[in-house]
Amino acid sequence: MIRIENIKKSFGDVEVLKGIDFEFLEGKCNLIIGKSGAGKTVLLKLLIGLLSPTSGKIWYDNVDFTKLGNKEVRKIRMEVGMLFQGSALFDSMTIEENIRFPMDMFTNFTKKQKDDRVNYCLERVNLEGVNKKYPSEASGGMQKRVGIARAIVLKPKYLFCDEPNSGLDPKTSIVIDALIASITKENDITTIINTHDMNSVMEIGENIAYIHEGILGWTGSKDQVLKSANDLLHDFIFASPFLQKLKDSVE
Amino acid sequence: MYWKEISRQMNDIGMGSFIIVFLIAIFIGAVTAVQFAYQMGGTLIPRYYIGYIVRDMTILEMAPTITCLVLSGKVGSNIAAEIGGMRQKEHIDAMEIMGVNTSAYLVMPKILAALIVIPLLVCVASIISIVGAYIASVPTGMFTGAEFIQGLRSWFDGYNVFIMLVKAIVFAFILTSVACYQGYFVKGGSIELGKASTQAVVAGNILILIADYVIALVLTA
Repeated sequence: MIRIENIKKSFGDVEVLKGIDFEFLEGKCNLIIGKSGAGKTVLLKLLIGLLSPTSGKIWYDNVDFTKLGNKEVRKIRMEVGMLFQGSALFDSMTIEENIRFPMDMFTNFTKKQKDDRVNYCLERVNLEGVNKKYPSEASGGMQKRVGIARAIVLKPKYLFCDEPNSGLDPKTSIVIDALIASITKENDITTIINTHDMNSVMEIGENIAYIHEGILGWTGSKDQVLKSANDLLHDFIFASPFLQKLKDSVE
Repeated sequence: MYWKEISRQMNDIGMGSFIIVFLIAIFIGAVTAVQFAYQMGGTLIPRYYIGYIVRDMTILEMAPTITCLVLSGKVGSNIAAEIGGMRQKEHIDAMEIMGVNTSAYLVMPKILAALIVIPLLVCVASIISIVGAYIASVPTGMFTGAEFIQGLRSWFDGYNVFIMLVKAIVFAFILTSVACYQGYFVKGGSIELGKASTQAVVAGNILILIADYVIALVLTA
């Protein structure tokens, strides 16, 4: 479980996060949603320690992440997998080397153990046989799946995904969402996804935090989204004229 | 893992820069010889002095300084763009999350590789430069080969080679560390990356010139 308490983050005079409390549930797909510039990515970076909060606490189970030294942070990061918005695969390495990289950094596995784990992860994301290809030879959807394979290679307790569907077509987005959701269930991972894709919200959003201009605008699950009377949330969800018309016609 | 990266960087910096260093060294040597021959024409100074002047000028100044100024442009901008690109594509963030000490993994191999390879390149440049001086002056009849060799062998002081190596090591550190810094802390998009790359070259060159003066002052006092 990850819990944040009154998290604030400012860059100079600009206060991006204005005090957010939220609990990310264990073994669930937790979604952070909101408009561009709402502070979602900043919140995600705070959660994984790429940024430090101006004030507030971040609890990993019963440990205050904001108070940890480098050694302890490294320990927690061994339990963290992350899928980046642009996949962040290393261009100079093959797909296999990319996936093996966290094992090289954190484990003393033998070459065979590493190879087996790489092959299992590639199989898990339906990408068998691409071991020797370079990221530049893979499509955007394939790169995301390689990113997921790299993120789960150390069997993480926490999986962070920053805009997993950005730049993907709707069909591939559904595949990626389904993959993340099934991996979360199978391994009982606490998954935190930063997105503004409404398909993801309605498909895999088990615990949702809606961020609006740096404050927590709404919390709930995918089943509660459409029933919610929260105006801010409705403005966000039905921002597209198509969805607005659909909503009006249903009503 | 770090050694693999150091050897890759040594190859990139050393072999990748050899042709440009070769060309610059040979022409610098040639021009130095031709111009000194021109300046000394009609004077009472013995012609073998040209070999002596070319040798010391090359060892003390031309080989380390010109080579490193050129490398600052080639290697420095390349390093700044490479690390800056990794910052922008979130590769550095990804490495941090995977427990990599990114400053050690990305910066240290580059600096160590440069500290090993650049002094070697400077030594090679000084030899090529002297060969360039010979090619430009002896076959064209400015003076004889014997006069040039006599000049090269006159008043040789090993301490000058020491000064050359000190300069090479200091300049190598400056050009790589400035470039790594500019790339590592780049913010924004492609325009900022271009600026960081340019800044790496400009700041690197200025610091190399200042360091050149300070080393000359300290080591020849």
